[in-house]
Amino acid sequence: MAVKKFVVGNFDDETVLFPAVKKVRRAGYKIHDVFTPFPIHGLDKAMGLRDTSLHTAGFIYGISGTATAVGFITWALTVDWQLNFGGKPFFSLPAWIPVTFELTVLFAAVGMVLTFCYLCQLAPFVKKDHFNPRSTDDTFVMALECTDKTNETEAMSFLETIGAKEVKVEYKETEWWIGRYDKDKKLFHKETKNNH
Amino acid sequence: MALLRYESQVRPPLVDGSKDYHQVTEDICRPVEANPSKLWWIGFLVSVALLIFGIISVTMEVIYGTGQWNLNKTVGWGWDITNFVWWVGIGHAGTLISAILLLFRQGWRTGVNRAAEAMTIFAVMCAGQFPIWHMGRVWNAFFVLPYPNTRGPLWVNFNSPLLWDVFAISTYFTVSLLFWYSGLLPDLATLRDRAKVKWRKAFYGVAAFGWTGSTKHWQRHEALSLVLAGLSTPLVLSVHTIVSFDFATSIVPGWHTTIFPPYFVAGAIFSGFAMVQTLLVVTRKVLGLEDYITIEHIDVMNKVIVLTGSIVGIAYLTELFMAWYSAVGYEEFAFFENRLNLSSPYGWSYWIMMGCNVLSPQIFWFKKMRRNLFVTFFMSILVNIGMWFERFVIIVTSVYRDYLPSAWSTYYTPTIWEVGFYLGTFGLFFTCYFLFSKFFPVIALAEIKHILKKNGENFKDNMDEVEEESTEEFGEKHGHDHGA
Repeated sequence: MAVKKFVVGNFDDETVLFPAVKKVRRAGYKIHDVFTPFPIHGLDKAMGLRDTSLHTAGFIYGISGTATAVGFITWALTVDWQLNFGGKPFFSLPAWIPVTFELTVLFAAVGMVLTFCYLCQLAPFVKKDHFNPRSTDDTFVMALECTDKTNETEAMSFLETIGAKEVKVEYKETEWWIGRYDKDKKLFHKETKNNH
Repeated sequence: MALLRYESQVRPPLVDGSKDYHQVTEDICRPVEANPSKLWWIGFLVSVALLIFGIISVTMEVIYGTGQWNLNKTVGWGWDITNFVWWVGIGHAGTLISAILLLFRQGWRTGVNRAAEAMTIFAVMCAGQFPIWHMGRVWNAFFVLPYPNTRGPLWVNFNSPLLWDVFAISTYFTVSLLFWYSGLLPDLATLRDRAKVKWRKAFYGVAAFGWTGSTKHWQRHEALSLVLAGLSTPLVLSVHTIVSFDFATSIVPGWHTTIFPPYFVAGAIFSGFAMVQTLLVVTRKVLGLEDYITIEHIDVMNKVIVLTGSIVGIAYLTELFMAWYSAVGYEEFAFFENRLNLSSPYGWSYWIMMGCNVLSPQIFWFKKMRRNLFVTFFMSILVNIGMWFERFVIIVTSVYRDYLPSAWSTYYTPTIWEVGFYLGTFGLFFTCYFLFSKFFPVIALAEIKHILKKNGENFKDNMDEVEEESTEEFGEKHGHDHGA
């Protein structure tokens, strides 16, 4: 659990947000995250996030599915219990292609979705602070992390000059926790006030 | 950059009306957040009643065995497997729309993909019922899985198309479900953040998995969607191919044809799109989503229907040609006597199939007809009747007269419990669809917002050049100082 202090700017247009992200980074502020209601292509690059390797993971899962299918069927039908199906060879690879293909897809898809949920820390009953509930509606929220060197008033006025409609200083929990969305949200805010 | 933004002038907007992001959220969340209408309750209760009838029919079959159905010596599959193939076929449109059209960069898919994917999942759920209950001793259904057992262990036959089906259908269901639900997460988060009532906050809070809309999450989400689409594309083609193998790998005249895989896949897309039309023509009207599921969408899907209907038509003709060209008496008998001959016992079913699947969709060559909702709705029903008869023709007319006339079966008609089972799956399908349309956004919110700037009426031609340097250049200059 880590409660941190953020300068939060709310934008209402991604065409303003996009250059704003670049300006903020040029000015040397540290962007904690940008929350958007829909994917914006190129925003990850502008923020300097590295590419995801989820594709690679998917490929590995797929290959392991292929190997599992071919390995298991070969073992079951040629080693463990040989059965004569219409005089065909025990090792009849062409007939195994459908099952092999299905298991490849199944392993890749299930593996990728689980990896995705793990990396993004998504699961039922997981709760996270996401700064502004309207960020899933029509608001683009940029959160700048405040370090010891950050001058908050300067950061706030900077965000306003580059197009943020509403700027606030907020304390937010950065990690996930087990919780319910119908329960009180202020839990961590109180702790923060005691700490600071 | 400017070149990449070039847009053909003849394309109409994908979203009608001048809308901003918030308006989109409001429009799509309204039906979910409002109380269900009277119409919804009527539809829902009728579906539940059908479902209960289906449960009773299946219970009868479990207690008394498959003898409750009128299956006989040569017609061993009858209505049951006809319904299975029919439902699986319907279950193909959703993944086609969401996966193949995603890879083909068809922007219009965003309006219809969510509902179509849901339809896919429900249709596959219905399809799965048939082979399972057809087993008779359903408590032994797990025998189809390769698990270490006390019979040797005796493994399942990996060379059998029936086993391929087990893998194909279960994989297809799982992957479609994952694809659908991962796409739903951001939209469920929208509902969660808008929720005012306690149970809504709790329900959508759990359902949204704690989605925040962080850029990193979106980046991974995009990657996930793209790869899942890439996986689903061959998957959706494989599923009906494998279903067709159930027939094609046999040596029964009328089944033993190499054209089956592509012909079945085209037929699946054909009937799937027809079902999407049936559902969406009603859904858009009842939920007031005409601006999102526009007449353009209906038009485009009707084009797919006329295309795939014609492919299916060519397949029918090819089959007839091959039967004649093979010069095999049994093949010729199956096609020319059992099917084409209107005065043979099941000749009528072949001509219903021809009329509904090949002739009637040709009406969609006319733009006026494609854009007429009544014609579309009527045609979508007709196509689904035709596609049901296609499977009936294949399954029944190929086998009801076996090689020896002494093995010719009596005229096969279903019992009330066979029909009840079929109606019961309609109950299951529509119960699920009604619940879905009440509790989940029927249109992919985030995806609509994503295409709004480029394709929405309000934003067309307003897309200014906002970046002074390209994002790639910027990214290189400033490096990856903020790693994952």
